[in-house]
Amino acid sequence: MKTNNKIYLDYAATTPVDSKVAKAMEPYLTEKFGNTASLHSFGIEAKEVLEKSRKIISDTIKAKASEIIFTSSATESNNLALKGLAMAYPNKKHIIVSSVEHDCVLTSASWLESQGYKLTLLKVDEYGMVKPKDVENAITKDTLLVSVMHANNEVGTIQPITEIGKICKKHDVLFHTDAAQSFGKLAIDVNRMNIDLLTASSHKMYGPKGVAILYIRTGVKIKPILHGGGHENVLRSSTVNVPAIVGFAKAVEICNKEAKYENERLIKLRDKLIKDVLKKIPDVKLNGHPKLRLPNNINFRFKHIEGEAIIMLLDSMGIAASTGSACSSPKLQVSHVLLSCGIPAEEAHGSLRISLGRWTTDDDIKILLDKLPKVVSKLRELSPFK
Amino acid sequence: MYSSKTLNNFTNPKNYGKLKNPDGVGKVGNVVCGDVMYLYIKLDKDKKKIKDIGFETFGCVAAIATSSEITELAKGKTLKQASNIKKDDIVKSLGGLPPVKIHCSILAVDALAEAIYDYSKKNNQPISADLEKKHERIDQEKKIIECKYKDWTDAQSVH
Repeated sequence: MKTNNKIYLDYAATTPVDSKVAKAMEPYLTEKFGNTASLHSFGIEAKEVLEKSRKIISDTIKAKASEIIFTSSATESNNLALKGLAMAYPNKKHIIVSSVEHDCVLTSASWLESQGYKLTLLKVDEYGMVKPKDVENAITKDTLLVSVMHANNEVGTIQPITEIGKICKKHDVLFHTDAAQSFGKLAIDVNRMNIDLLTASSHKMYGPKGVAILYIRTGVKIKPILHGGGHENVLRSSTVNVPAIVGFAKAVEICNKEAKYENERLIKLRDKLIKDVLKKIPDVKLNGHPKLRLPNNINFRFKHIEGEAIIMLLDSMGIAASTGSACSSPKLQVSHVLLSCGIPAEEAHGSLRISLGRWTTDDDIKILLDKLPKVVSKLRELSPFK
Repeated sequence: MYSSKTLNNFTNPKNYGKLKNPDGVGKVGNVVCGDVMYLYIKLDKDKKKIKDIGFETFGCVAAIATSSEITELAKGKTLKQASNIKKDDIVKSLGGLPPVKIHCSILAVDALAEAIYDYSKKNNQPISADLEKKHERIDQEKKIIECKYKDWTDAQSVH
């Protein structure tokens, strides 16, 4: 997406709303504004489009429409999955999550730990990948849930969730996956993958912010964390955000149509960028798996320089990207994902995440390949380490 | 988030680079933590004023901007005047810093103090009680910071 000649390479943070999505939403902001809980024609119209949207999304992951509930964010879906299951199955007191989960899963899990749960954090290999065998070894009779993300938001590594799902099924343990980064990019089949609960978000795939889903397999019990008017099958009370849901469904339709071609295009750009940066710039390493990674994710670490400085110097040249450096985080902590991969903190500070998307062009990558070596050498000139 | 002066200092830093044969060198911060500053000072003939000053910094926008700013503030000053530069002087001169970045201005003040301490020590110059205390604190902090991420890694392997 080019705005004022700026280059946006932070699609993993959020994406612009596709104009086709915005157009689909528009009537539901103005003339079709009804409340899905109303009995009159306005309400019926809203309810109909809500169910139509639910079906589009459930079909995409091979689920039943009744197994999808809409929430406000992936954070909410993940909170509901972990806490809602814990409340519904009070007799099981052990949960297993990977150490590279998003903060919203990790902090929900550690909150449960503070409430008396036993928490196992699965270690990952140098690429940030969970070993299915570790999942199997961690499962006990007391295990309620395994939560492992589909693809990592920072380093892009795709987890072996099919194998993990199989193991969970074998041991009769619930399996939740956070697919916030993969939904719309990678194919998901909740049955084939033995997924019991799945989180996906709209604003990572060209839909609006403020809407996400939680898929809950039929038969899996869950307690709500929001109580009220009983919306979404009494699992998530709140007036239904119809325009955002319509936009989400439209965004899903577009991804379904374009994903194959789009993935091929992005993988080409991704691999070219990786190859050229590793060749052009000294003392740089790739973070995450070289092949089993999201089509749009690239993550490097540059020795002797710090990530926030890289981002801000790139920004001064009109290029937007992201970093796992401590200095860029409000908590001043270096990325737990990079540390979990065994990367020393001093190297993790020099990380740069570049995430591509629908409006990334060959030219954007060319410009980045021209600017990035200059940014790195300028910062290295300032650095006491050479 | 950052003031325009901070960003300008960051994109166009002043006085960066190592000095040849410096009279004093201050090295503070920790690479594990994400910011390291080396500050070099060279004195005039009378060994009173800071004639030349340079920095090398590994760190974020604020670390680089405060490094640049303190070199500007200290240049031409007597050692005594330079010792009196406070973190608030840097922050004020930059037009403010985000609260989480205030520690970068402390780091810059510490680097200058260490450079002055280094010169004074090497040349058997009197060291004020204040400077001696500061040096001890900086030394102490270096040891604490080193443990920060080691704790984290250890906590991970417990589970």
